[in-house]
Amino acid sequence: MPRVAVVRFPGSNCDFDTLRAAERYGGEAYFVWHRDVDLRGADIVILPGGFSYGDYLRSGAIARFSPVMQAVRRHAADGGPVLGICNGFQILCEAHLLPGALLRNAGLTFVSKPVDVTVEQIDTAFTCDYEPGARLRLPVAHGEGRFVASEDTLRLLEAEGRVVLRYVAATERSPFQPNPNGSANHIAGICNAAGNIVGIMPHPERAADRILGLTGGAGFFTSPISCHEDSSQPKVSGQ
Amino acid sequence: MTVPGIDSAVTEAVSLPGERPVTPEVVREHNLNELEYGRIVELLGRTPTLTELGVFSALWSEHCSYKHSKLVLKTFPTSGPQVVQGPGENAGVLRLPDGWAVAFKIESHNHPSAVEPYQGAATGVGGILRDVFTMGARPVALLNSLRFGPLEHPRNRYLFAGVVRGIGDYGNCVGVPTLGGEVNFAQGYTGNPLVNAMCVGLLRESDLIRAAAQGVGNVLLCVGARTGRDGIHGASFASEELSEKSESRRPQVQVGDPFTEKLLLEASLELITGRLIVAIQDMGAAGLTSSSAEMAARGGVGVELDTGLVPTREEGMTPYEILLSESQERMLVVAEPSRVREVQAVCAKWELDATPIGHVTDDGIFRVRHHGQTVVAIPGQRLVEDCPLYQPEARESDEARQRRATVDPQEPVVDLEGALEMLLGHPDIASKRWVYEQYDSTVQAATVIPPGSDAGVIRVAGTDFGLAMAIDCNARLVALDSYEGAKAAVAEAARNVAATGAKPLGITNCLNFGNPERPEVFFQFREACRGIADACRAFGTPVTGGNVSFYNESPNGAIDPTPTIGMVGLLSRIEDRVVSYFDAPQDEVFILGQTSGILGGSAYWAEVCDFVGGDQPAVDLDAELRLQRFLVAAAEQKLLRSAHDCSEGGLAVALAEAVIGGPYVPGSLGASLDLTGYAPDVPMDGLLYGEDGARVVVSCSQAAARPLIALADRHGVPVFRAGLVESAGTLELQVGPHLFSWSTDALRRIYFDAIPRRMQHPDVDRAAGE
Repeated sequence: MPRVAVVRFPGSNCDFDTLRAAERYGGEAYFVWHRDVDLRGADIVILPGGFSYGDYLRSGAIARFSPVMQAVRRHAADGGPVLGICNGFQILCEAHLLPGALLRNAGLTFVSKPVDVTVEQIDTAFTCDYEPGARLRLPVAHGEGRFVASEDTLRLLEAEGRVVLRYVAATERSPFQPNPNGSANHIAGICNAAGNIVGIMPHPERAADRILGLTGGAGFFTSPISCHEDSSQPKVSGQ
Repeated sequence: MTVPGIDSAVTEAVSLPGERPVTPEVVREHNLNELEYGRIVELLGRTPTLTELGVFSALWSEHCSYKHSKLVLKTFPTSGPQVVQGPGENAGVLRLPDGWAVAFKIESHNHPSAVEPYQGAATGVGGILRDVFTMGARPVALLNSLRFGPLEHPRNRYLFAGVVRGIGDYGNCVGVPTLGGEVNFAQGYTGNPLVNAMCVGLLRESDLIRAAAQGVGNVLLCVGARTGRDGIHGASFASEELSEKSESRRPQVQVGDPFTEKLLLEASLELITGRLIVAIQDMGAAGLTSSSAEMAARGGVGVELDTGLVPTREEGMTPYEILLSESQERMLVVAEPSRVREVQAVCAKWELDATPIGHVTDDGIFRVRHHGQTVVAIPGQRLVEDCPLYQPEARESDEARQRRATVDPQEPVVDLEGALEMLLGHPDIASKRWVYEQYDSTVQAATVIPPGSDAGVIRVAGTDFGLAMAIDCNARLVALDSYEGAKAAVAEAARNVAATGAKPLGITNCLNFGNPERPEVFFQFREACRGIADACRAFGTPVTGGNVSFYNESPNGAIDPTPTIGMVGLLSRIEDRVVSYFDAPQDEVFILGQTSGILGGSAYWAEVCDFVGGDQPAVDLDAELRLQRFLVAAAEQKLLRSAHDCSEGGLAVALAEAVIGGPYVPGSLGASLDLTGYAPDVPMDGLLYGEDGARVVVSCSQAAARPLIALADRHGVPVFRAGLVESAGTLELQVGPHLFSWSTDALRRIYFDAIPRRMQHPDVDRAAGE
């Protein structure tokens, strides 16, 4: 069973949700504390959402200096899968494991609601179980989720197919659906060039259980396992 | 243990050098009257020191002592087989299946929010979270009940926006989903908004811990944030009317730090479930004073603290300031001496200080030293329990009686179709999407029914069951007739919970009233409590605790009496939960319950006819109970596709809301209904907009229609078959020869845009999506 390390920072608050989702989809999940210097043989690393260090200074700005981040860096450098969700995405950007930054939502308020996104890139450690272009409904809940990057970086991300999730545009009949934060190019998630490091703003761990009404997030937990073990697994087609 | 006589206390405490002498003026400044001060001198056998006076002023404030309400609160039903912990602890606790229990409580933070909305509301959330996790429960949901003056005034918009942001930022950071709430706007709240926050937590019943100090020699530890000068006399501030001068009270509003709160939450639960501590209490209102004195009194012991040991944020704080500071995110913990190092180790892991500041004694005295010198020595039990209790005169005002006797607005309204649009566009009734999208409602991955429905529902991880919760009060009705209005509040909360399929279990309440020393206010309070008690007795839903907030008055006068009811219910099988919106075309629509068509106190009269008055429909508690039982049984038998409570705005609004649907569906359904036979003797306006209770609108598959009718008959619930859900986007109501017809897309726009439009919310969604 692949070992999934869920890194807890002081202020992480999606830690249990992420742990349970990883377990539900076949991972041997455990917590790693931010002071730890060892990931204890992790195959997969997830940085969960929350408010690490209270988001003081800037989201993720303090967490990047945590001792555990050295180990995460090494794991990533060796090609190990790393997923950052929400605050985890912010930490990955602050740590320069992913490009760009996540700034205050354009509407200036915290936004919590389900949004529709499309899976734009399935050639990553966390999306290989999805069909290309799969449309997912996932919850977002953040105050600082507006992805920004330089023109060059944006061009590069697009050219290299490194936009992993994109908010679906508004339609006349569903005016509350799309881009919740004013993100550049409607970007909801990106990856590094190798595709082993992925950062996303929506919360797949809150959309991976039928009773919660949403199941489209499950692929983020099955992908790193099934792609690793057996690339012929059936694809998740969203909902 | 011996409780010593007064004499031992007499000579013990001394004033510090340079301290102000206790003069009648100083006593008045401390909000203590002659009777109260006399009792203090009597029980000490001497003049109190200034520090002691400060201690009394905090513990004998209305906020801490319940001196005007205690005698009335005693009339609440508080027992039942499900009750694990009734009133008197940090939070009430009810039993759930499989060894689980639910801890829940509601509290007000009205006055701080009136002068500093962001921090006032944020720290209100912080306080209620601590009340729940100090019982050993992990907070799993937040709800809130808010009242403001009309949004046409910029000041009210400022307060509304600040309060919502404060609640959101705090709860979001700690990681507790906000599952529901209510927001209303009325002139009476201008200058005195209400901010009531409720928290629901889950625990193993075996992990329950009470806030009673025990074990002579056990150590008191101060855990969490350092003590500063913020919030000194917050409890006293909460116990007086708001005035022009209140703005200068801004420094008394505490500042919240949700990050520390999250650490405190995790550390506290680890201490409790690890059985490392004897007792724990939040340093809430009146800070160290109330937490230590109340824990000692509950345990029947004394305590001795040294304020010189309390970690402070600032140099040179006096014992007076340290005892009365309301700095946030602090806990008082009692542990056996042999466990202190383990307690400190757990706290250190969570980056918190845990500092021994005193110990439990056997002499029953609440004793405080400052660097060795005794500055407070008060018989502890008497300090907590001997505040004089009052039962003020209660008399209904003539004005209230007249208002009720007036039966009709001057002008009859012709445009009954337009009236629905007006009501759906009124911020009281309109969608609160603008509010709840600022609250994280899905963290903890347990939210089964999110905000925006009749009640919020979460599943309990690892079990088959779930919890439903709702918070309700229609203050317009309580203002007209406090007894019936309070009954209606309990009935509505129960109906909302039952509409999801959950069985109502118990309530917590937050009783917001004006100055109790005015007879008309105390009348409202007494009558409302009588109504709550009667309704709770009838439903078998005991009162497990709550909070009283008096002196909600501004220069504009007293608020409408607002006894907010927070109810929790048990959904035995989470799979059976019922949503509140119509689900599919061709489903059958039924109206359960009857209408008298009485319009007294209705939103229709208030908002469309600009008239508040008349006698409201009497609450039929038996009919309510039958309906609740029917709803639970129908959900268990999987007969329902949707169930929606019918309350403010009446039947027309309930039907419109069920048709409009939630904010994230691609578009609204329609419905084609014939109400001709529903209440043939009732005038049209009363039929559409009357607010009789004991009613819900439900939908079911065609196959379920017959069993549903049979089940309603068996439960003695009147059932009326109204028509079908349609895919076409119109809501059509046929009443005899009259056909009312609305475009549901138009209603949808009115309903969802009403508040954003008033708040001029930049609609990022649309701009960015194009």
